[in-house]
Amino acid sequence: MKFEGTDTYVTTRDLTLAVNAAVTLERPLLIKGEPGTGKTLLAEEVARALGMPLFQWHIKSTTKAQQGLYEYDAVSRLRDSQLGDPRVEDIAHYIVHGVLWQAFECETPAVVLIDEIDKADIEFPNDLLRELDRMEFHCYELHRTVKARHRPLIIITSNNEKELPDAFLRRCFFHYIRFPDKETMTRIVNVHFPGLKRELLKEALAVFFDLREVPGLKKKPSTSELIDWLKLLLAEDIPPEALRAKEAKDAIPPLHGALLKNEQDVHLFERLAFMARRKS
Amino acid sequence: MLVDFFLHLKARQLPVSTKELLALLAALEARLVGHSVDDFHLLARTILVKDEALYDRYDRAFGEFFKGIEALPGLDALIPEDWLRLAAQRHLSEEDRAKLEKLGYEKLFEEFKKRLAEQKERHAGGSKWIGTGGTSPYGHGGYHPEGIRIGGDSAGNRTAVKVWEKREYRNLDDGVELGVRNIKVALRRLRRFARQGAETELDLDGTIAGTARNAGWLDLKLRPERHNAIKILLLLDIGGSMDDHIRACEELFSAARAEFKHLEHFYFHNCVYESVWRDNRRRHDERRSTWDLIHTYGPDYKLVFVGDAYMSPYEIARPGGSVEHWNEEPGSLWLERMTATWPRAVWLNPMPEAHWQYSPSIHMLKQLLSDRMFPLTLDGLERAMTSLSR
Repeated sequence: MKFEGTDTYVTTRDLTLAVNAAVTLERPLLIKGEPGTGKTLLAEEVARALGMPLFQWHIKSTTKAQQGLYEYDAVSRLRDSQLGDPRVEDIAHYIVHGVLWQAFECETPAVVLIDEIDKADIEFPNDLLRELDRMEFHCYELHRTVKARHRPLIIITSNNEKELPDAFLRRCFFHYIRFPDKETMTRIVNVHFPGLKRELLKEALAVFFDLREVPGLKKKPSTSELIDWLKLLLAEDIPPEALRAKEAKDAIPPLHGALLKNEQDVHLFERLAFMARRKS
Repeated sequence: MLVDFFLHLKARQLPVSTKELLALLAALEARLVGHSVDDFHLLARTILVKDEALYDRYDRAFGEFFKGIEALPGLDALIPEDWLRLAAQRHLSEEDRAKLEKLGYEKLFEEFKKRLAEQKERHAGGSKWIGTGGTSPYGHGGYHPEGIRIGGDSAGNRTAVKVWEKREYRNLDDGVELGVRNIKVALRRLRRFARQGAETELDLDGTIAGTARNAGWLDLKLRPERHNAIKILLLLDIGGSMDDHIRACEELFSAARAEFKHLEHFYFHNCVYESVWRDNRRRHDERRSTWDLIHTYGPDYKLVFVGDAYMSPYEIARPGGSVEHWNEEPGSLWLERMTATWPRAVWLNPMPEAHWQYSPSIHMLKQLLSDRMFPLTLDGLERAMTSLSR
């Protein structure tokens, strides 16, 4: 069982190697990288390629580790007891299974996505150490231990907003998705727009990579933004000549709203374009 | 061999653990990668290195360790003979070719290899001498490796062998650069102290859960009120010698603005005197008295100075020492007043810590702040935040 990328997801050698290492050795894989480089997408594509069900757990700042295991719905039970519902006798009715519980009890090996783990409280990763290590946890209400039938492949993404504890990192494999180079980017775009004219792609990529080089940008445009921008270019039927910034009257690429998401960045870019024009 | 490699990484201050080494061995045993140094480089990185900031350090350590290994006979064959043959034909003059016929290819190849090896040595300091550069492969008259590279059409595995020498991750090393995001992470240290004080707020979720567990008997739960305990008063040195550090200060400022709800900032020049200002363009007409500051922002604020503290000692010690105006009272007095109000005040200095000892003014200010001066690096920020939150 080897992951080699899919028809809609282009991987590099280092990424496939990291995924396969995690699959073979059954360790969690921690993925970092600039926003928009396809961290979350990776889990979906791996699940699809390997034919495994995917369980997603999106983390928010209020998420607790316990919620991924199970929750005891005390309020429902209280209400049922007031109404005299016979279900109240069995506490198991009020244990709501979390993502990890579902994945552990899954008949086939599964993929679990823990998305944006850095959003959670600083103690969150520490609370999951044993669960990720042994792939089991204890449910106190039911007095039983939930153990994984098959160790699921756990993919964790992080945007680097918080440092993760060492003990947690030791248990994971780690991969940093580097921003794709021109060659990889061409492959990625070809996957998304198979019929794209060569000319347009060349010009668009040139504009895009130039834009990323502009010093002082607050937010550099990413892969997913490039894809959006190309979509717009196609929809508006912009000819490739319009992208040739150097000759064009105004050096701001058309539909730049898809690439620059920050007012200050647009201003900065306008200023630079103005200066470039004056020079020439 | 891997133990040596492991210890080498450890010696290069990569935080690797035995557990990870065992995982790497297990991965090798599972035949995850073939006999390729490239793949081994990637696999070991995946398993041993857990932070992209350490990628560069890892690449360097890997390069050091495997430098000798590359010279092993097996890997030598990575330069295919026919490349050499092609390149030799292209590079040699008529004369040499004539000589060649006498000597035969064997001997020439040996010579060629030797020279190539020499070239490699000299290039080791730089990066990517093969594969990526080379606008004009014929430009260098001699046996330049880039010439060799065009000799064979399929660059293939050879180009990638030295992937760790490209040092693509250099700018992710946290010892070097201080980005806005890094600063934010460092400033977040102050956030931990958000819930403080007496238990005054009703914890609704806790109460419901507690009551249900109590089989319906009301079980009130209280918790300390969450309030933004952290208020920051930021005083920034501006102009003069600070111009060199504008970028670092801008980044610190924008990160702080995003992190703290209660952030007040003022500017001063070189040292704090009787007044400060908020808008640098109107620094002469819209000044605010420092006494005002002390009275308005009480001790619940945390005071952070940012400045290089690089000036003439008179500017701190003497009345009238200021470079801009006549100050009635010396800067040191004002600093003492401020540290009396904010006893935990810290000073962040964008100058490298190693240079501090050469400037008497830095020494004086450091004393005035009882040594709470920290460099404006990630590490320094962390130390400063720890000191502030004590």
